Amino acid sequence: MEHFLSLAVRAAFLENMALAYFLGICSFLACSKKVDTALGLGVAVVFVQTLTVPLNNLLLNHLLADGALAWLDPALAAVDLRFLSFILFIATIAAAVQVVEMAVERYAPALYTTLGVFLPLIAVNCVILGGSLFMQEREYTFADSVVFGVGSGVGFAIAIVALAAIREKLVYSNVPAGLRGLGITFISAGLMSMAFMLFSGIQL
Amino acid sequence: MAVSAINPMDPPAAAARRPLFGVAERDTLVAPVLANNPIGVQVLGICSALAITTRMDKALVMSLGVILVAMMANVVVSLVRNYTPTAVRIIVQLAVIASLVIVFDQVLRATQYELSLELSVFVGLIITNCIVMGRAEGFAMSNPPWRAALDGLGNGAGYALVLMLVAFARELLGAGKVFGFTVLPLARDGGWYVPNGLMLLAPSALFLIGLLIWALRTWRPQLQEKD
Repeated sequence: MEHFLSLAVRAAFLENMALAYFLGICSFLACSKKVDTALGLGVAVVFVQTLTVPLNNLLLNHLLADGALAWLDPALAAVDLRFLSFILFIATIAAAVQVVEMAVERYAPALYTTLGVFLPLIAVNCVILGGSLFMQEREYTFADSVVFGVGSGVGFAIAIVALAAIREKLVYSNVPAGLRGLGITFISAGLMSMAFMLFSGIQL
Repeated sequence: MAVSAINPMDPPAAAARRPLFGVAERDTLVAPVLANNPIGVQVLGICSALAITTRMDKALVMSLGVILVAMMANVVVSLVRNYTPTAVRIIVQLAVIASLVIVFDQVLRATQYELSLELSVFVGLIITNCIVMGRAEGFAMSNPPWRAALDGLGNGAGYALVLMLVAFARELLGAGKVFGFTVLPLARDGGWYVPNGLMLLAPSALFLIGLLIWALRTWRPQLQEKD
């Protein structure tokens, strides 16, 4: 239990996808002008991340890993398909995003309208592919993958909503012309990143 | 027997022959390096620019990867652009880009194993690098292969420029080295330079790119955002 809690806190705060690893920065900067859009994107990322990381874990361990194909045919036990992981991950992510899009459209049409074009764009969001790649690199188990998926998605959501809240207030500040908009956002994100580093002292 | 008026040795009149390196081609190549820089202006490909710029050799390898993948992906997508159904074009682009990145990753692991371990997930993340996808969708789908290759090269070069600048600042100020060669002797090794540890941490990259954007927008005021 403690292991999962520590993994979740690490994924959400210490190793925050957006502020520590700088994944998903493009949408982080583009969708953080208003808190509503930021919240919508954050929720969508949590959905997709929780779905894709465990799914990719299953596929990796039962299809691609060294000797994994033995369940299909004992003669295939010597086959190692790990070099295909990139293309498999991106394929499942694209498919998962399509499914999530259809489900959201059917069961939560209001959320679907708010998210608009950002939902399909999550397929090429670095956070989602990065989550699967980290899962592969760190060799997580299935349970670890679920916790990591939820944790990293929630961490990204917190970061983007916090940045949107700051940007909404920054509109009223006297920012130099060259820094207005994008420049000051980078610097604010840098300060937020420094703030998130304080979590590294937490022992769980 | 009437002599045909068409000389078979002449090039076909209907095909408009574009020069190999005319004005339009030069613009496609040069514009993304500074004026339309993917990181500073188009705001694409930021993720890896921030994460792997602690050392110049990592930045160099990453830049090479993006340049190669962007060029080849643009060429392939451009070659099949007339046969790709609109509904599946994103999937086709992703498949092309993912395959090229797999090849680059395998070559990197074979030739520079330690470096590939340090770059870890970011080589794979070239697949979702907004520059590669963005240019494949935005340029290669509607332009001939040679122009698409130049565009990939130009955007890759613009990306490389920003990456190398940021890496130069971070490695020099954070560790006193450039490409691993000591330029500023560190105090702990008997020299005088006390390194700025913040430069080796994540936030410094955000600050540096923020300052770079400030410089770029002061040089080109038309890029500044109007309220």
